[in-house]
Amino acid sequence: MILTVEHVTTYRYDLPVRGVVQSHRLTPSVFDGQRTLRWEISVSDGIHGGGFRDGAGDWVQTCSVLGPVDQIEVRVSGEVETQDLAGVLRGHRELVPPLAYLRDTIPTHPDIALTELGRQAVAGAQDPLDRAHRLSSAVAGAIAYTPGSTDAHTSAAEALALGQGVCQDHAHALIAAARSQGMPARYVSGYLHATEEDDLHEAAHAWAEIFVDGLGWVGFDPANRCCPDARYIRLGSGYDAQDAAPIRGTARGGGAEHLDVDVAVKAAQQ
Amino acid sequence: MVPGRAKAAALPETCATATAAGPLQPVRAVKLVPLPLYWSHVVNETGNIVPDHFNEMFADGQVRPPYARLEDWVAAMPAELRSLKQTEAEALFRRIGITFAVYGEGGDPDRLIPFCMFPRVFSNSEWRRLERGIRQRARALNAFLVDVYGRGEILRAGLIPAALVHRNAAFEKAAVGFVPPRGVFSHVVGVDLVRTGPDEFFVLEDNCRTPSGVSYMLENREIMMRMFPALFRENRIEPVDHYPSALRRTLASVAPAKCDRDPTIVILTPGHFNSAYYEHSFLADLMGVELVEGQDLFVEGEYVWMRTTEGPKRVDVIYRRIDDAYLDPLCFRPDSMLGVPGLMDVYRSGGVTIASAPGAGVADDKAIYTFVPEMIRFYLGEEPILKNVPTWQCGKADDLKYVLERLPELVVKEVHGSGGYGMLVGPAATAEQVAAFRDRIVANPGNYIAQPTLALSTCPTFVEQGIAPRHVDLRPYCLVGERVELVPGGLTRVALKEGCLVVNSSQGGGVKDTWVLAE
Repeated sequence: MILTVEHVTTYRYDLPVRGVVQSHRLTPSVFDGQRTLRWEISVSDGIHGGGFRDGAGDWVQTCSVLGPVDQIEVRVSGEVETQDLAGVLRGHRELVPPLAYLRDTIPTHPDIALTELGRQAVAGAQDPLDRAHRLSSAVAGAIAYTPGSTDAHTSAAEALALGQGVCQDHAHALIAAARSQGMPARYVSGYLHATEEDDLHEAAHAWAEIFVDGLGWVGFDPANRCCPDARYIRLGSGYDAQDAAPIRGTARGGGAEHLDVDVAVKAAQQ
Repeated sequence: MVPGRAKAAALPETCATATAAGPLQPVRAVKLVPLPLYWSHVVNETGNIVPDHFNEMFADGQVRPPYARLEDWVAAMPAELRSLKQTEAEALFRRIGITFAVYGEGGDPDRLIPFCMFPRVFSNSEWRRLERGIRQRARALNAFLVDVYGRGEILRAGLIPAALVHRNAAFEKAAVGFVPPRGVFSHVVGVDLVRTGPDEFFVLEDNCRTPSGVSYMLENREIMMRMFPALFRENRIEPVDHYPSALRRTLASVAPAKCDRDPTIVILTPGHFNSAYYEHSFLADLMGVELVEGQDLFVEGEYVWMRTTEGPKRVDVIYRRIDDAYLDPLCFRPDSMLGVPGLMDVYRSGGVTIASAPGAGVADDKAIYTFVPEMIRFYLGEEPILKNVPTWQCGKADDLKYVLERLPELVVKEVHGSGGYGMLVGPAATAEQVAAFRDRIVANPGNYIAQPTLALSTCPTFVEQGIAPRHVDLRPYCLVGERVELVPGGLTRVALKEGCLVVNSSQGGGVKDTWVLAE
């Protein structure tokens, strides 16, 4: 499948800022499931900084903007050829040891309920892959996809207690439940091509990966009750949403920041 | 705290713990034997002379050679003169502004660090051996860091459990896959040593992040030279005052490949509220480099820049005195106001060197410490010159059983504890204290390690009644860059309370000038 992405993030400031520095994880991962045909990232008035591939295999790129400015636009435009690997992250080069992804973070902290959810889910599982699938199903069943029910700072425990959330909450809850059962898990950010027939329309998407012995990292998307396939584009990973964020940035000075995100992921005409 | 007031460096946070081996009376039950060797032996309450801990000045009724000239110096110093000199020393420290902060005891937290004028002396040959051992350790620790953030050979070889490293809170994912310039993660390694005999030294712990206290090493010497110039004529003492230039040279030698000129070095401090701020500004002064806070630096393009009155100036090497978690809000804690946004990206893309490198802390963890001798054999193919203190990991069932059986004899520490807080010194604790600590260990065994109580050496120390032996430890500072070197000396900490085995400043410890005699 060939997917095209148009992703524009606009930052508006009430008062002009003196400068902005951003760290981008906005470049498609390199693995057997996707091949980048064209990819451009441009930042209005931006100065290209140092770029590098980190230990987790993500391309990280710094960008700085000299102020004063009252608006910044980050524009991503590209085309990626994808194939369905049933969620398996095959051929991805990375150095971070899986055990490092057992680390507890605030949004992924497993409380008693999450640990219990995890424990019940894996009971009777045949093998590690089965355990991972059952965890993902359990999270999908426990948290109903409800846009607007949570915000960016909602933790996995809070989302589970609420029984509602969005893809970020599903991913956090799955990570927490998996780690509570000793399975390394991480947050993945990327894009999803959602067609008219699909229930969900989250083009800027997030899911989780669980490390399965013998198979490696495998993606699970509890929000869509599936494993990532050819409709998904993977960008980067981290302990949680913040650590895996496609854009992390700070502005010096200025007033309140207003964020506007516009994403379109389409299947190219063949 | 008075804003803007220079604060002293927090003393290194290590505990030297020890007591006499065997069934001795509690140390508080001893009193001093009269002259001439009045501080070399102790008697117990029944009047029997018992062998004390190794006394670095006296052995077998003789003054040990390194201290030979100090005997006359002490003898020729009447009590009035000593008291005068002590007052003078304190006035000098106050003028310089060296205080440190003790919290939780009420009152003004700013304290003057007690300074003992009686120096601690090493012969040249004693020092050469220590120096070789410390350099060996510093090389192995850095090799370990390059390895665990790279291929992890030592883990594959099964010499260190991978989980101990990879699940360690100090293991930094953001450092994986990057080799800092010259393969150095820890540019200043502080190795805490204790002595138990003429040739017996043990490493208590390693400090690979940013060990503090070196300003005391320099100030103690400065003040001793000012007060007792004759001593420095009579004794041939190796100088330490080139430490700042050696540190500067070390940092310059690890400038990033992109730096094609004389590197610009800065010291990054959390600010004047930090207890070690005095040391940060002191070192910046002596090194001739800028002392900066996070807000003085910014990232633009591929580099880090410093704001100056003449416009931005590119920075090549940052000697940081802030923790990893605060370095860069775009990589670590997003709420950090102390760091520089984007710094890690510049670091990883080779635009700036950070010393110590992010992630260096995984090498000085108390659980990893146990494996340093293995590191030395594995990476260097050498036998360790300095010994480790035998350590039991309470997280292991067998070790836990052993520790719980012998709790009153052992020293138990928290794996991530520091400053002499949260530890049990078995022989000095009451039965209730031991029982309470036992419960804490059982509740969370993985959080504790235990070590035997060592018979820590003593050094003659000025006390109210005259001179008495007091326990000491030593922290030398090993610089690692193009070269691996130490200035001959270090910081000697002394437990001023009689029989006290914990030398931290927060626990009533003082400091001494540390001499290494020239050949």
